[in-house]
Amino acid sequence: MNSEGNNTFRSPGPGTQKILGLVFGILFGFLLHKGGATKYDVILGQLLLRDHTVIKIMLSAVVTGMLGIYLMRSLGWVRLYPKSGSLGKSLFGGLVFGVGFAVLGYCPGTISGAIGNGYLDALAGGLIGILIGTGLFAALYPGMKKAVLKKGDFGDVTLPELLKINPWFIVIPLAIAITGFLFWLEKQGW
Amino acid sequence: MNFLLEARWSPYVVGIAIGVLSWLSFLISRKPIACSTSFARTSGMIERIFRGEKVEAKAYYREIGISIDWQWMLVIGIIIGAAVSALISGDFHWQWVPHLWAAAFGTDAVTRVIVALLGGILLGFGARWAGGCTSGHGISGTLQLALSSWIAAISFFAGGIVTAHLIFQVLAGGGKP
Repeated sequence: MNSEGNNTFRSPGPGTQKILGLVFGILFGFLLHKGGATKYDVILGQLLLRDHTVIKIMLSAVVTGMLGIYLMRSLGWVRLYPKSGSLGKSLFGGLVFGVGFAVLGYCPGTISGAIGNGYLDALAGGLIGILIGTGLFAALYPGMKKAVLKKGDFGDVTLPELLKINPWFIVIPLAIAITGFLFWLEKQGW
Repeated sequence: MNFLLEARWSPYVVGIAIGVLSWLSFLISRKPIACSTSFARTSGMIERIFRGEKVEAKAYYREIGISIDWQWMLVIGIIIGAAVSALISGDFHWQWVPHLWAAAFGTDAVTRVIVALLGGILLGFGARWAGGCTSGHGISGTLQLALSSWIAAISFFAGGIVTAHLIFQVLAGGGKP
């Protein structure tokens, strides 16, 4: 049996999908605000390692999401959409993103939430900056593609594929390790 | 339903709910939650207003397409959802300068906006360079166990933690929390 893309659930059409996108966004934005992730102080607090709210949100989302999605994949309900990467792309692009993350104090998702929260540095500064930055990337893309993006290319491989093992041998230990780490964080009073 | 009016929830409740939301987006929309491509599309749409249809011929925009799609609507939804949560919990307020920034660098709005603009340029450029952001790689990609996303997410935080310490410990002259 094909375990991928064998979606028994009929996915709605493009028009409905746009409305669904809006609904998913509203729920995501609502949750980001409830978590405090729309705030510069909380995000910088995380990067300064003083307030671990952001990592608690992200890691509990990863454990929950991973268990559910790998289960649904085993049942043939969903497939995966791993992004392809390379060292030139994921590592160097990631580091540049990280510098911008600390200077701005928001990321593309949380800045949208920050705008909804009324934060004007996000709207008048950060948003314009991101639009300039992405436009600049589009302009430089052909050169970047040749120079760095393909360096150390590994494609859209997942960790279980890389290690050639059953995904559950990674999913279960990783879920336990992350949960253990979060308990340890709490025990430290962080 | 009083919990909906609270300004903050436990980060674990929020994280688990985002995880469940990701199940639904895979199942119903067959898409992982992600944001940064929509900013690139918006940038392309704005450029198209000034420079016309030829913008669509740029290699990068040919790859991602500059139209309003599921993810673009998701980003609009985030603004609305955060505004609703902030408004009903009494946490909505117009603010130019965040407290932590003000404590280290003062309350001048112009300085903060210029720094935010520069940070945004790096963030936007880096997001497209890495092919994703804190949601697309950091949550949706890592939960799929994609190698690209684990490398990107670790790099986001490595770059962010070092830079944040440089800004607040070195530039701000070792300012205490």
